[in-house]
Amino acid sequence: MDDAKLDALGQTIVSALPGAATGHSVAFNQLTVDVEVSRIVEVVKYLRDDPNCRFVNITDITAVDYPDREKRFDVIYHFLSPTLNARIRLKAQADETTQVPSLIDVFPGADWFEREAYDLYGVFFVGHPDMRRILTDYGFEGHPLRKDFPLTGFVEVRYDDQEKRVVYEPVRLSQEFRKFDFLSPWEGADYPLPGDEKAGPKS
Amino acid sequence: MNEQPQNLRNFTINFGPQHPAAHGVLRLVLELDGEVVERVDPHIGLLHRGTEKLIEQKTYLQAIPYFDRLDYVAPMNQEHAFCLAAEKLLGIEVPRRGQLIRVLYCEIGRILSHLLNVTTQAMDVGALTPPLWGFEEREKLMVFYERASGSRMHAAYFRIGGVHQDLPQKLIDDIEAWCDPFLKVVDDLDRLLTANRIFKQRNVDIGVVPLREAWEWGFSGVMVRGSGAAWDLRKSQPYECYAEMDFDIPIGKNGDCYDRYLIRMEEMRQSVRIMKQCIQKLNAPDGKGPVVVEDNKVAPPRRGEMKRSMEALIHHFKLYTEGVHVPAGEIYAAVEAPKGEFGVYLVADGTNKPYKCKIRAPGFAHLQAMDHICRGHLLADVSAILGSLDIVFGEVDR
Repeated sequence: MDDAKLDALGQTIVSALPGAATGHSVAFNQLTVDVEVSRIVEVVKYLRDDPNCRFVNITDITAVDYPDREKRFDVIYHFLSPTLNARIRLKAQADETTQVPSLIDVFPGADWFEREAYDLYGVFFVGHPDMRRILTDYGFEGHPLRKDFPLTGFVEVRYDDQEKRVVYEPVRLSQEFRKFDFLSPWEGADYPLPGDEKAGPKS
Repeated sequence: MNEQPQNLRNFTINFGPQHPAAHGVLRLVLELDGEVVERVDPHIGLLHRGTEKLIEQKTYLQAIPYFDRLDYVAPMNQEHAFCLAAEKLLGIEVPRRGQLIRVLYCEIGRILSHLLNVTTQAMDVGALTPPLWGFEEREKLMVFYERASGSRMHAAYFRIGGVHQDLPQKLIDDIEAWCDPFLKVVDDLDRLLTANRIFKQRNVDIGVVPLREAWEWGFSGVMVRGSGAAWDLRKSQPYECYAEMDFDIPIGKNGDCYDRYLIRMEEMRQSVRIMKQCIQKLNAPDGKGPVVVEDNKVAPPRRGEMKRSMEALIHHFKLYTEGVHVPAGEIYAAVEAPKGEFGVYLVADGTNKPYKCKIRAPGFAHLQAMDHICRGHLLADVSAILGSLDIVFGEVDR
């Protein structure tokens, strides 16, 4: 589908669901529709059942974390319509306490994708019958894909010869974690260079 | 009269994580009523390595090797999805020879994966010969991987803007010479399995998935084609130069394990057909030329150039320390990997590292339907169904 058709499809969807779908955009030949998070189920049902859409295949559910925002998560849904040969991306904003309605009654395939988003980001889905962690360890704490979760994590495991079992210990780094900053000072970095702090703001 | 029905209870067993038919580190908690499966609870994540978190900390170039380690049976197909996503954001077009080499190696990856799946599925249901025959051919294909990239499995051969190095002519000729004898091997496997009574008893009418269910469970690839959808991203949303290739899409009628096996067999033959066309086009005059874009802000200059040109040296240094800056934006790019639709949802913020890189693995969506498909089947069918879902844990657990 070309951009004009996608744009028209986006307009149809937004006008058919006033208040639920709040806006749309087309970029890189892909359609994105912004959705009010509490009415996501209604939107998805419309997309699945409307004869002009037929987005019957759930491709993916994930989240993106923007810690500086008031509602820090974008919950992202991808659907595919084999009839239209088109994809759609739904975007809803949520924070740690927002109750995102589960899609499991509309798409059974949402099951693990929602568990994964919960496990890795801590997005809270309601109406899901089996909201356990999925990818991380049994008894894991925290949500590793959040931007404020350190890359090294908090615990490390090793086999203890005396106790004859695997033990969990706080992470000890033998070398400080190094994060290299490759942004060139003359191409965008807006912080003072190391050793150049006294120079003050550039006039 | 003393026998009370409440004394009967279901039997719960652990299938895996160390079980040859679990295809890696899958732990299935099976609830059995006699030999009938009542409930399946797959526990995954035993191979979780935090790939997505790691990619967020690396430059775009450093992210590519992580994709080899997802579905380690067909590594280059994964790299392809990531490269396509970054290329779309950068707005660059891969040179023709680069596209042809990519398609050639993606089809080699498809054969690698299907050979492993078809033959180990046969092993799961009791046949020991097919894996021995299939692995011989896989070995030859891995040598082709090695001759192109330097490593047998974790190639890291695709780059943003093309592929790392050009193929020597001798390698192209050797791949061409491999094609026709391989079709004979496929025929041999065909004779060994397709009409085999035991193989059919274990696979026909097992694990039937109707098309509507296949879509709404998020299936893709062979899993929807087996249920009768003529859907293949190489045909319906062609990327690279698949649009000019001539090949057929086999589809199934019944949506059972046997149909999926037949489709994989036919796809191997079609892959060989595509490979032959690629080789023919690579040998044609318009198939010569660069294999990677000649923009030194994206692709490094050649070694010889670096010895003479200061500017080339600077570009090389900047590319391998700082890396490419990808303009801000978000993109979902998908390829038809051997196991289904492998997608990368990439959010770039204009720096040299991805802000977010979600990996959409086909096996993840297929495995979540285990409970749905297996209910009411016998215990022995679980391994047949698992085999036909084509699961590799590198990509399911990420």
